[in-house]
Amino acid sequence: MKGAGRFRHLSASWRLWAETFQALSRSPGAVIGGLLFVAIIAVSLGFPLLYPRDPLAQELLSRLIPPFWQEGGSLAYPLGTDNLGRDVLVRILYGSRVSLLVGFSAVLVASVAGIALGLISGYYGGRVDHFIMRLADVFMAYPFMLLTISVIAVLGNSIFNLILVLGLSDWVTYARTIRGSVLSIKKKEFVMAARSVGTPHRVILLRHVFPNVLSPILVLGTVRVANIIIWESGLSFLGMGVPPPMPTWGRMLAEGRVYIADAWWLVTLPGLAIMLTILSINLLGDGLRDALDPRLRNIPG
Amino acid sequence: MLSITDLVIGFHTPRGTIHAVDGVSLSLDEGEVLGVVGESGCGKSVLALSVLGLLPQPPAFVAGGKILFRDQDLLKLPGDAWRRLRGNAIGMIFQEPMTALNPVFTVGNQLMEVFRVHRNLGRAEALRESVEMLAKVGVPAPERRVKEYPYQLSGGMRQRVMIAMALACNPDLLLADEPTTALDVSIQAQILELMIALKEDMGTAIMLITHDLGVVAEMTQRVAVMYTGRIMEEASTVTLFDNPLHPYTLGLMGAIPRADATFETEALTEIQGVVPGLGNLPPGCHFAPRCPRVMDVCRTEVPPLVAVAPDHRVACWAVTHG
Repeated sequence: MKGAGRFRHLSASWRLWAETFQALSRSPGAVIGGLLFVAIIAVSLGFPLLYPRDPLAQELLSRLIPPFWQEGGSLAYPLGTDNLGRDVLVRILYGSRVSLLVGFSAVLVASVAGIALGLISGYYGGRVDHFIMRLADVFMAYPFMLLTISVIAVLGNSIFNLILVLGLSDWVTYARTIRGSVLSIKKKEFVMAARSVGTPHRVILLRHVFPNVLSPILVLGTVRVANIIIWESGLSFLGMGVPPPMPTWGRMLAEGRVYIADAWWLVTLPGLAIMLTILSINLLGDGLRDALDPRLRNIPG
Repeated sequence: MLSITDLVIGFHTPRGTIHAVDGVSLSLDEGEVLGVVGESGCGKSVLALSVLGLLPQPPAFVAGGKILFRDQDLLKLPGDAWRRLRGNAIGMIFQEPMTALNPVFTVGNQLMEVFRVHRNLGRAEALRESVEMLAKVGVPAPERRVKEYPYQLSGGMRQRVMIAMALACNPDLLLADEPTTALDVSIQAQILELMIALKEDMGTAIMLITHDLGVVAEMTQRVAVMYTGRIMEEASTVTLFDNPLHPYTLGLMGAIPRADATFETEALTEIQGVVPGLGNLPPGCHFAPRCPRVMDVCRTEVPPLVAVAPDHRVACWAVTHG
C-alpha cells in the first residue's frame, strides 16, 4: 500500500494535498521560494497598514533622494524618491499588486481557455483537433509582443484589456500540454472501461480524463505566472501596460531609465522586486513539479 | 440472442488495409458460455470490441457483416443508442484490472457511475447499490472498500470490481476479454468460479475470450477456435476436447502440459512456425504454412466452415476432403 502512510486517516483528496505538501517541504528550494512568495503576497496585501503613503503624492522639493543608507538619504523615504519626488518604496509595493494581479488573472484566463481547447482537441481528435492545433500554430507564429501591442492599441490600455490579451495569447502552451497528456490518457484501459459501461463522452472527458491531466497544468501555471509578470513589465516599459498614473514595476523601470547615471535606485530596486518575485515563483514551481511527479508516474502505463 | 454473421473488420495501416476479423460467424444463446480461443493477435479482442462498438474508428472500420443482438443490428444503431446498451445490456471485463480502473477515483465512485448513467440513481442510492454489488462479487468489507482507491486493492480485488461494474445493470451478455490472464493462478480459479456463480444467478450469457484451453474446458459449453481473424473450428466443448479435428486445434492441445504425462513418455508438441502478420497472409488457408497436413489446395483455396456433425463445424480441406 504505497503512498498512504501517515495520511491514511485523511480523506483521499486531502491526502493528496497533504502528501504534495510534505514532498514540497523536503525540497529546500521550494521552501525558500514558497516562504518568499507568501511573504511577497502578504506584504503586497497588507502594506497600507504598516506603510500608509500615497504612491502618487509628489514632493518636488525632495526629488531624487537616495535610499536611506546612502549619503543624503533619510528614513522619511527609506528607498528614496524619483524624479517627481514620489516615494519609491510605496510605489514598488503598489506595483506588486498590479504585477501579481495581472500575472495570476492572465494565467487563469489562459489556463481556462487552454485547458478547454486542449481537452477537446486531444479527446475528440480528427478535424476538431486539426482546427484547434492549426489555430495554435497561427498564435505561435505571430510575434506575441506585436499581437499584444496592436490589440492594446485598438482596445486602449486598461488593466482588464491587458489581462485579457496576455491571457488569450498564452493559451497555446496550455492547450498543447493538455492535448499531449489527453492523447496518452485516452488510450488507457480505464477510459475504454468507462466507455464499455456506457459512460457518455463528455462525462469521460470531465471525470476520467481531466483530473488525470491536471498536475502538469499546476506546474505550468506557476512557471507562466512568472513569465506573464515579466511581459507585463515589458509592456508597461513600452507604455502599453497598465495606464498611468498607477505605478507598475515596468513603468518605474522605463521612467527611471533616464536617470540611471544619477539615481541608480530608480531602476535597480523595481528590477530587484521583479527578480525576487520571479525567483520565488520559479523555485516554488520547480518544487511543485518534483512533488507532483511521482503522482504522474502513479498512473499505471 | 447474439448472432454475428460474416463480420469483416478492417484496419487502415500505413502499409495497406488488413483484416483483423475476416468473415466470422458466431452465435450465442441466452445464458450460454461461448469460448473464443486463439493465439495473440488472432482477432479475438477486436471481435469483442466490435460487439460493443468500441473499436477506434479510424483506423478500424467494419467492412461487412451483421451483428444482431436481440434482433437489432448493432452496426446500424445510432451511436447514442449503442452507448445505452453498453453497461446496460452488454457488459465487458478487460484483461488488465491494474489499468482498467481510473487511479484518481475511488472504486465506489466508478461503480456508482454505472448506476447513475443507466438508472439515473441519486448518489445515496447509487452508493448503496454499489456496496451491494461489491458484496455480490465477493469483495470483503464492501462498505470500506467502496471508499478505497484502485492502488489500495490487489489485482484479484480489482478484477472483482471490474466484474461488479460490468454486471452492475444485470446485462444479458457479458464479454470477458482474457479476464484471468493477468492474475495469479489461485486467483484465476476464484474469479472463474465467481463468474460461473454469477452467470447461474443472473442468467447472463458470456463470451469468454481466452488463449487458455484449460479455462475453456472448465467454463464453456461451446468453443470457437480462431486463427488470424477466421474461425477454424467450432464445436461444443465436450466434442472439441473429445474429437478435435482441425490441425490447428490439435496443435493447441498438444502444447498443453498434461497432468498424467511423464517427462519421458510425452513431450509437449509445438506448432511449427509463427502466426503470420495480418499484412502478409498466405492465400488460401492462413494456417497452411504451419500445417502438418497441408495439401496443394490449402495454399490456393480458402476452406469453408463445414458442419461435420450437428454440433461441429470445421474449416479444413484435409478434414473434409483428405
